[in-house]
Amino acid sequence: MRKKLPYAYMWLVYAFLYIPILVVIIFSFNNARFSTDWNGFTLKWYDLLLKNQPLMDAAVNSLLVAVCAASLATFMGGLAALCIHRYKFTGKKILQGSIYMLTISPDIVMGIALLIFFISIKVELGFITLLIAHVTLAMPFVTLTVLARLSEFNENLIEAARDLGASEVKSFVHVLLPLTAPAVAAGWLLSFTLSLDDVLISFFVTGPSFEVLPLKIYSMVRHGVKPDINALSAIMFGLTLFLVLLAQFLARPKKKFLKED
Amino acid sequence: MQANNRFRLFSISSVWLWLGLFALLPNLALFLVSFLDRGETDFFIPVFTLDNYSRLLDPAFIRIFWDSMYLASISTLVCLLLGYPFAYLLARSSKRMRPWLMLLVVVPFWTNSLIRTYALIIILKTQGLINKLFIWLGLADGPFSLMYSDFAVFMGLTYTLLPFMILPLYASIEKLDVRLLDAAKDLGAGTLRSFWHVTLPLTLPGIVAGSILVFLPALGTFYVPEILGGATNMLLGTFIKNQFLVARDWPLGAAASTILTLLLVLLALIYRMSSRKAAETPLTEKGKKKGAADA
Amino acid sequence: MKENNGPILELRGVSKYYGSTSALHDINLQVENGEFLTLLGPSGCGKTTILRIFSGFETPTKGEVLLNGKVINDIVPEKRKLNTVFQNYALFPHMSVHDNVAFGLRMQKRPADEIKTRVQEALRMVHLENYAQRMPGQLSGGQQQRVAIARAVVNNPMVLLLDEPFSALDFKLRKQMQFEIKHLQRQLGITFIFVTHDQEEAFAMSDRVVVMNEGYIEQIGSPQEIYEEPENLFVARFVGEINILEGVILEVQENNAYLADVGGVTFPLRTRRNFAVDEKVLVLLRPEDLKIYHPHDEDLEGPHLYGRINESVYKGATVDLTITLDNGQRIQAAEFFNEDDADINYNIGERVAVSWVAGWEVVLDNAGE
Repeated sequence: MRKKLPYAYMWLVYAFLYIPILVVIIFSFNNARFSTDWNGFTLKWYDLLLKNQPLMDAAVNSLLVAVCAASLATFMGGLAALCIHRYKFTGKKILQGSIYMLTISPDIVMGIALLIFFISIKVELGFITLLIAHVTLAMPFVTLTVLARLSEFNENLIEAARDLGASEVKSFVHVLLPLTAPAVAAGWLLSFTLSLDDVLISFFVTGPSFEVLPLKIYSMVRHGVKPDINALSAIMFGLTLFLVLLAQFLARPKKKFLKED
Repeated sequence: MQANNRFRLFSISSVWLWLGLFALLPNLALFLVSFLDRGETDFFIPVFTLDNYSRLLDPAFIRIFWDSMYLASISTLVCLLLGYPFAYLLARSSKRMRPWLMLLVVVPFWTNSLIRTYALIIILKTQGLINKLFIWLGLADGPFSLMYSDFAVFMGLTYTLLPFMILPLYASIEKLDVRLLDAAKDLGAGTLRSFWHVTLPLTLPGIVAGSILVFLPALGTFYVPEILGGATNMLLGTFIKNQFLVARDWPLGAAASTILTLLLVLLALIYRMSSRKAAETPLTEKGKKKGAADA
Repeated sequence: MKENNGPILELRGVSKYYGSTSALHDINLQVENGEFLTLLGPSGCGKTTILRIFSGFETPTKGEVLLNGKVINDIVPEKRKLNTVFQNYALFPHMSVHDNVAFGLRMQKRPADEIKTRVQEALRMVHLENYAQRMPGQLSGGQQQRVAIARAVVNNPMVLLLDEPFSALDFKLRKQMQFEIKHLQRQLGITFIFVTHDQEEAFAMSDRVVVMNEGYIEQIGSPQEIYEEPENLFVARFVGEINILEGVILEVQENNAYLADVGGVTFPLRTRRNFAVDEKVLVLLRPEDLKIYHPHDEDLEGPHLYGRINESVYKGATVDLTITLDNGQRIQAAEFFNEDDADINYNIGERVAVSWVAGWEVVLDNAGE
């Protein structure tokens, strides 16, 4: 009994985390517009969703921004990790500090700071501003993910490559990159999710010409429970689940890739 | 050496350029705007003033700030109390089960917070799950709603931010050397005492990190209180948002968010201190001394 | 390759500073073509820094590095005709044995069929021709070591640099790899520069040994010179057990012969160093150079010191004795078993006479310590 009790507590917390989501998913198949009673199975809310053209447009926009932002953030974040890991340069401490601060900085502050910045330099709010914002949001997380992997990296491997005639850049391409690829990929997936989920920053830095899914959902949610939002939530949750599983699969430790011992 | 220097220069300068241009400069601009006057046609005009900060001393704002701090603190505390035992059990679970148990925490961590907030409506609203459960248990005899209240906002913050507390806690508890606890017990410290003298100080960085990751977003969010709290009470996030989108008083909004940034800096300093202390204090020694003194 | 009678590698006045701490002080070193040179010293002595300056991973703060007579200070590692066998092998874990060995040739953009034959040849040389498709993680420590060697020598380097390559191997494998490396060096005929902190390993393999300490070269010489003619106390102590007796010069004779008072007894000393009368000296003696007698032994002749046996340890080929001399100093002696003198067993506390093979002593001036 004493052994069971702690596990009961764990499952209670899991229940707290998952029951609301599961309820939403179940109700997304409920054949009733307002009732919270079960009225039979239906897929019509999903169908309704697909026919909602503005929502679909926003979804496409969101995916476009997420893919671009994740790619750029992975590149910049990876580069930052490489600089911090390999090079000594003036202001390195400041750079590291800024990256840590950015990961805990409240999103709303980043959102309005960028809004002020974009308005000051008279850039029209839309795809570009949203992209820049999301790259800046995600980049520090990529840097931390990749840095964690690099800290386990055997430095001699780079020297061995250079000793054998590879230039610094070639040694990165042939040795460093293949060995840190899982962390880089996990960083990309995290960036993609951050971009797709972001409400607080997108709210300030995108304009009416470029609508994105989270903001659409936000305006819908404010008007209460609707079965088509349930369906949309279920789809978003499914997508997240897939991405998490993919990231976990990629990031699982492969001992032989790292240091001896 | 030429090629190396070129790549080095390229990478360092592009990273600096991006962060400088899109992170440091905007934050600097935000800070500057908090000292400017609002214009008739422009969002702000280059006239220096401390007016925005003195306007924050208005009782109405103090009230908003106080309410926000209160709700964020309570949520952080509850997340910590819920999360610490959970993270501890997670870190001590069997090697075979742990990846799966971890996965179950990571999934909500990655799931869209907006959608998770929305999911709470179904639980809390009139005729919602809790309402029905209470009627079924005989604790209530009619429909009631938990929505649009401080309690709902508190639930929303706790629910959405709990994974952000658990993960850093887990990371620091997992690093804890079990042998230290054995040593403490060996030296006569009971379970509670070894927790207080060994586990707690060594996992302090995780506690502080988790608290920061819950407290700051709890202060800065606006959609959780807006969805679950309705129009009844305004919190800091909503206040800032409104200055930018409704009241069009950017300097005041900038001043309010500067306070948020100051809090961030303060908490980051606390974190640095806590992690330095945990790294430097020879806690084995401490545990031993205490154990010896008790015996 | 162009014939060159000068040194293949050379350091001229090389110093290395890390901030304000210095790792090397004004090092001058010439490495001859085809020799097996070992850099020997305790950790932190600068031996690895010299290796890394050769390979190009460190640049000297002052001085010049020359390869085949040309200054290479500004040449990046990948452009140097030198290859390194790294301490923990540094095999690329994501590449097969074949791809590891082929890496250098691929970087040089050699044609595919040439790469194939040269890789096979290199693997045959280290007896791993059947392991080409394995991943490094599937190999034993000794096999990984061989792959690391093959990966380096396949590029036909002018010099092979080996950075403590055996530190991760067990004793038996270590002995075997020492033999194989020495054999490989004779076979290839190229210069090997080997870094180790193990003097036995250094002596077993090298043509010349460079003994280093705290960023200075203490002595360069053949293993025999280093062991038998150490130039200073550090070298004498580092390369093996040694007894140090204090003495004063009494008389200067011809041909660098002296008479000196050592422990109250007058001994003849022989050294190429010059000393004056009354100068204080140190007389250095290896344990195996000491001769131990029973006090009433009829063989006992010439000057000798008296003492008592403290400890006697049977070692198979030798008996190691610890003796306290009458002046209180403790010394170590190693007596070999031989047919003429069967009686080398001594009792604890037994009184003995100690002398040494004349001329085997090393005499240093007693200035430093």
